[in-house]
Amino acid sequence: MANIPYRPDEQVPPAEVPDVHPPHPHTWIGRWVFSQDAKYIAIQYSATAIAIGLVALVLSWLVRLQLGFPDVFSFSAEAYYQFITMHGMIMVIYLLTAIFLGGFGNYLIPLMVGARDMVFPFVNMLSYWVYLLAVLVLVASFFVPGGPTGAGWTLYPPQAILSGTPGGQDAGIILMLLSLILFIIGFTMGGLNYVVTVLQARTRGMTLMRMPLTVWGIFTATVMALLAFPALFVACVMMLFDRLLSTSFFMPTLVEMGEQLSYGGGSPIVFQHLFWFFGHPEVYIVALPAFGIVSDLISVHARKNVFGYRMMVWAIVIIGALSFIVWAHHMYVSGMHPYFGFFFATTTLIIAVPTAIKVYNWLLTLWRGDIHLTLPMLFALSFVVTFVNGGLTGLFLGNVVVDVPLSDTMFVVAHFHMVMGVAPLMVIFGAIYHWYPLMTGRMLNEAMGQIHFWVTFIGTYAIFFPMHYVGLVGVPRRYPEIGDPAFITTPVDGLNAFISIAAFIVGAAQILFLFNIAWSARNGRDAGGNPWRAASLEWQTPQTPPRHGNWADELPVVYRWAYDYSVPGAPEDFIAQDDPWVQQTAPT
Amino acid sequence: MAESTLQTDHPEGLDGFVRDWSSDQRTFKRVSWGKAMMWIFLLSDTFVFSIFLIGYMSARMSTKSDWPNTSEVFSLHVGGADLPLLLIAIMTFVLISSSGTMAMAVRCGYARARKATAGLMYLTALLGATFVGMQVFEWTKLIQEGVRPWGNPFGAEQFGASFFMITGFHGTHVSIGVLFLIIIATKIWRGEFDRPGRTWLKSDAGDYEAVEIMGLYWHFVDLVWVFIFAFFYLW
Repeated sequence: MANIPYRPDEQVPPAEVPDVHPPHPHTWIGRWVFSQDAKYIAIQYSATAIAIGLVALVLSWLVRLQLGFPDVFSFSAEAYYQFITMHGMIMVIYLLTAIFLGGFGNYLIPLMVGARDMVFPFVNMLSYWVYLLAVLVLVASFFVPGGPTGAGWTLYPPQAILSGTPGGQDAGIILMLLSLILFIIGFTMGGLNYVVTVLQARTRGMTLMRMPLTVWGIFTATVMALLAFPALFVACVMMLFDRLLSTSFFMPTLVEMGEQLSYGGGSPIVFQHLFWFFGHPEVYIVALPAFGIVSDLISVHARKNVFGYRMMVWAIVIIGALSFIVWAHHMYVSGMHPYFGFFFATTTLIIAVPTAIKVYNWLLTLWRGDIHLTLPMLFALSFVVTFVNGGLTGLFLGNVVVDVPLSDTMFVVAHFHMVMGVAPLMVIFGAIYHWYPLMTGRMLNEAMGQIHFWVTFIGTYAIFFPMHYVGLVGVPRRYPEIGDPAFITTPVDGLNAFISIAAFIVGAAQILFLFNIAWSARNGRDAGGNPWRAASLEWQTPQTPPRHGNWADELPVVYRWAYDYSVPGAPEDFIAQDDPWVQQTAPT
Repeated sequence: MAESTLQTDHPEGLDGFVRDWSSDQRTFKRVSWGKAMMWIFLLSDTFVFSIFLIGYMSARMSTKSDWPNTSEVFSLHVGGADLPLLLIAIMTFVLISSSGTMAMAVRCGYARARKATAGLMYLTALLGATFVGMQVFEWTKLIQEGVRPWGNPFGAEQFGASFFMITGFHGTHVSIGVLFLIIIATKIWRGEFDRPGRTWLKSDAGDYEAVEIMGLYWHFVDLVWVFIFAFFYLW
């Protein structure tokens, strides 16, 4: 009994280290441009990520124009490859990774663990500026001769650096690799901050097992990123050498246009292993923060504690660990040994166990809860549905015999858009609706939000449900136009046009969402200090939005976990984490 | 319950581990933020070097040409005889010695011997710079013999590529280390570490922990060299 850490206790250990106030900026530039305040850095990160994400959104429109109406809008194959490559790369790395870790991580970690700021504010600031530089290098590749790389977001050699691929022998691929290297350097600076802040800078009473699941998700994802990004870093350096110095790390002996190239003896498969050793954990680097955030959203808006908190934490940690030994399930058709496939299929399916625990626990948190269908809750629910959907098609693709015929079809595209495109985006939206009042002191407009939600939710299903079918009838991915081949017995032109129209509508709804963010900053309803009546620490700050240094003269003291909702006998239906209230008579 | 939360002693072994991880405020008791950050950074950097070495090993095993005979390629012609690995032996000796002087600097730092700490750190930096200098010499020699990233007269072309990439990346680490050794040593020499107030790379008056954190990085770079030495020069 005494060891159950999320029960309130009266005795909180004394402070181990003196309270350090972050230095106050004295100049306008120090305050608004080169800010060292994690909350401001978070907004800079998010704004940059959303801005570059808009570019990726427009690119997806161009892709859909080509696929839906190949007779009307006919881009060159080169341009099409550039669109899909940059769309994928921006969405996965520069939007999702950056906004979850750099955005929500920076904003929420110090507030949720009761710290005044990140532990190294200066390094944290550098992290953002290096990230911005990475984004600018990426954008620059649109304007160099030959344009950005069209190698596909996986950048597989040898084609990525050959002249047949757009940007392969021009500057496109060089800028892409440089941008990734910069991104990794910038991320490492931020990531060290997030990890050390969670481990070493919590407030009194905040044990690891009292942290909100949001922090657990972001923390585990950051640790994974610090261990997985090195593989991408090394792969980028080696490919950059192959491209610039004519080394042959990944390049076998090749004949191009009748001429033998100077390359010889390298192995393209090594790149695939390195890329996916990063690439698979990357899926969970995006998914784990989403898991954590959605747990918190469901708990707050169903007025119930998270079901099986400890299991949820362990599931996050186990998923994080397992995701390092499943990478080759992306490579079943690469020609590797079949026993490898057997091993990786097994580990892949084992991940379904902790993931299923999480899904059941979300459902059991909702079970008989006092569900408020607020906007964050709607997005959280749509995440659970979408994630289960994407997870089920993952079972198809995780098995070697089923994956081989489905490899490189639109089914794969539909699968990963469902599971790591739409699902985490739903959480990002839900999280913005949930924490926007904390960041600005105002609520987002409800009517615009409802339109945004329903169009996005129904629209993404209209896009990606038929896409599974398009893949099943055999349409390969990465083809701008397939014409009328004999192996496709059912024409899918009509479906493709339908998907494209849905994609334009969904994209337009995102513009409405951005307008809502801008509009509500001035005109939104006043939110007060804690509009959702949430128990976790970030809502207990003396001011909303929290000022520099987050807390008043004294740091908060934590007496309980973050999920004391609807506790019988309590004065309100939630008990804040820093509320020392204790039930006087023990419930039977 | 009150007893368990207010105790200040430090249980050893598994009990201590469990208590630290289930406690509030800090998971690693008595570990400062800076030191924790350096350890986690080194863990990440370990992955970078491991993957570099694994990439090199896989290239070496998958290439079809013969790998150059390293004891011939890396030999020095001294006094009419080819001495294999002579230069590398000296380089390794210098770098390991610099780890020794670094460890002495850390010890002097905790004794707050200002001049001894700074002097030993300068010596460490000098040894590190000597190492980099000898690496430059080795690169020059190999380049004169025709070794290039894209090919060499001795065998598989991946040899030059991996060699320049891995030793170059390690040499960059050593050079950055030398730079920071000089910066911290100069701050200590000037007495900045004995004055109050937090500045860049320093926390409180008389707190020489930055020396130890610097030492962590330096020992790591040395340890990595041992692996590069084993996998590149001895294999």
